[in-house]
Amino acid sequence: MALFDKFARLAAARRELARQGVVPFGVEVERIHSATEGEIGGRRVILAGTNNYLGLSFDPDCIAAAREALCAEGTGTTGSRLANGTFAGHLALERELADFYGRRGAIVFSTGYLANLGMLSSLTAPGDVLLVDADCHASIYDGARLSGAEMIRFRHNDPEDLRKRLLRLGARAADAVIVVEGIYSMLGDRAPLAEFAAVRRECGGYLMVDEAHSLGVTGDRGRGVAEEAGVESEVDFIVGTFSKSLGATGGFCVSDRPELEVLRYASRPYVFTASPSPSVIASTRAALSILRQRPALRRRLWANAERLYRGLEALGFRLGADPSPVVAVLLDTREQALAIWAGLIERGVYVNLMIPPATPKGRSLVRCSVSAAHEPEQIDAICAAFADLRGIGAAPSRAPAAGGRGGN
Amino acid sequence: MRDYEEILAEIYQGLQDSGQDRASLTEDTELVGDLGLDSVQVMEMLLEVEDRFNISIPVNILADVVTVRDLARQIQRLTGD
Repeated sequence: MALFDKFARLAAARRELARQGVVPFGVEVERIHSATEGEIGGRRVILAGTNNYLGLSFDPDCIAAAREALCAEGTGTTGSRLANGTFAGHLALERELADFYGRRGAIVFSTGYLANLGMLSSLTAPGDVLLVDADCHASIYDGARLSGAEMIRFRHNDPEDLRKRLLRLGARAADAVIVVEGIYSMLGDRAPLAEFAAVRRECGGYLMVDEAHSLGVTGDRGRGVAEEAGVESEVDFIVGTFSKSLGATGGFCVSDRPELEVLRYASRPYVFTASPSPSVIASTRAALSILRQRPALRRRLWANAERLYRGLEALGFRLGADPSPVVAVLLDTREQALAIWAGLIERGVYVNLMIPPATPKGRSLVRCSVSAAHEPEQIDAICAAFADLRGIGAAPSRAPAAGGRGGN
Repeated sequence: MRDYEEILAEIYQGLQDSGQDRASLTEDTELVGDLGLDSVQVMEMLLEVEDRFNISIPVNILADVVTVRDLARQIQRLTGD
């Protein structure tokens, strides 16, 4: 196979989409007006696919903090955390994250992707075992691969399958690292963390939870699904991102393990990359403070999530999970998903198109994510746009006689 | 250690269940080159095989797997532990 032959399949898929008149991956947001509105294709659209759960990317306090840091500390650190790239703000953010989670320590990474890469690749090494939920994010799989550890997948959200696999490991189970997510990004479903924690108690191992989509979203204090499930003390490592509810970029890990402090020196994705810019650190700190002080944002987020979920459910669309800020509309075919996605843009609504291989079990779907910054009227407008497209993806009735899913 | 033919039969069954045409499958069939499967699809297909033989197949072994034969041999090795 010649060097560039490997791209033939991707190029063909891209041509096929372009032939249908759409470029779903790599949409240009020509202008951005707020956390919930922008312009795509010269058209004003409601943004309902941004993961901007608390709407903080346009919060005046976050912007002011970023602006102040930008003027005082410059546009970038131009260096690694190990060299010249650790400013006072980076350390303050680590202290604030540890305090927020009630943990001994925290590490800040430059992106959420790098947080998983950096943690898994340094925590485990050849000879160790990682047990990874089948639907975990690519960053977890890539981190596992970089570590060289033995990686075993278990069935998605299936504590019994995890249990079986831990038992098969025998004595090795004691040092195995189990990785799950709080809320899964594609379908918005939550991990049964209490059950996973029980399996871990019975069979051994360490538990890592990625709260990327649940920080600021669930739990009494907004710490995520582990808090909501009441099992934080049984989670050894929590990783997360600043690029969703905190409205910036970056990632982190918190833990009570004293080794976390030295782990950073062994973490290549931490060592060999530039640290986050001062303005990013400043807005993240402001956003974390808002997340802690304004639980009303979380209530608004959930009210919007319920409103969208109930609206789409009433229209007869098949939805991916219970109500959550991620509302996935399941379609039978790639073509249906594409038609709905493009039809929504024409009607002034941007959501995410998700097709295999990015989706679990080869499903095609359009994924909405809701924000606390959405006005109820915007949620209603999203539902109205979907209503227009009901002919494409909604079942004519919810009666079982409708025949169920197609055989894709 | 499990019988190679038994493992092969399970792999063929798994591939058939995930939509492949049994008649076109041989030990030389390439999972990526011929069937266009990505690693996630291969792992999904193997879930039943893992249950059947009560093993966990590490994702890492796929790096050395090109053909159905390679896969069967790797699984045979794992059942021998």
